[in-house]
Amino acid sequence: MKDIMIMIFSTIGAIFVLSSSIGLLRKPDVYMRISVTGKASTLGIGLILASAAIFFNDYSVTTRVIAIIFFVFLTISIGGHMLARAAYFTKTPIWKGIKSDDLAGQYDQVTHVLYSEKHDSSVKPEKLENTSPK
Amino acid sequence: MSLHDYFNYIIIPILGFSVILIFIRFLKGPSLSDRVIALDMLILISICIIAVYSIQTSQSTFLDIAMLFALIAFLSTAAYAFYLEQRERK
Repeated sequence: MKDIMIMIFSTIGAIFVLSSSIGLLRKPDVYMRISVTGKASTLGIGLILASAAIFFNDYSVTTRVIAIIFFVFLTISIGGHMLARAAYFTKTPIWKGIKSDDLAGQYDQVTHVLYSEKHDSSVKPEKLENTSPK
Repeated sequence: MSLHDYFNYIIIPILGFSVILIFIRFLKGPSLSDRVIALDMLILISICIIAVYSIQTSQSTFLDIAMLFALIAFLSTAAYAFYLEQRERK
């Protein structure tokens, strides 16, 4: 019974990891690749580590496995976001099938701060002088 | 089929094949961010392989190394992203 559960968990986890790696190879764009890595591989790693926890059936191993899964769940998403942000600042080309870029012009290119409207700090002082007299 | 044979003949080949696919992306990635995310993914798959190996040898000490690898993966990704952004800023 325990063996069958370990087999099922590890098989599903390995298939998720394989699908994530196929997506990493075949997606046309950096941002899609980062997204694929964040979605599929967390579940695969979690299932394979859970099968290890079922196999050992011990408190110390289960604590370790839960710590690893929690850490991986946190860090893959944070690292993916940081990497996509860096890729957006270095102007990595977006796939040509994408029609709209909602972030266009909203990141300040000098101070790297995100604004909710179109913003550019190198042109801002003139604009303020033109519109300010009230 | 015992658990040992199952891991040897099914799980390890699947994980090895995915390592090969990611390494192709690591070699031909057009931008630096592709290479960084492929490196991150390689380390994460090595965590899976370490977990399978610790089941096969029934030694739970290897999971400490897996935790260390998760730490190193996050550190390297964060540092690469930070310096990629700083390099653009000048």
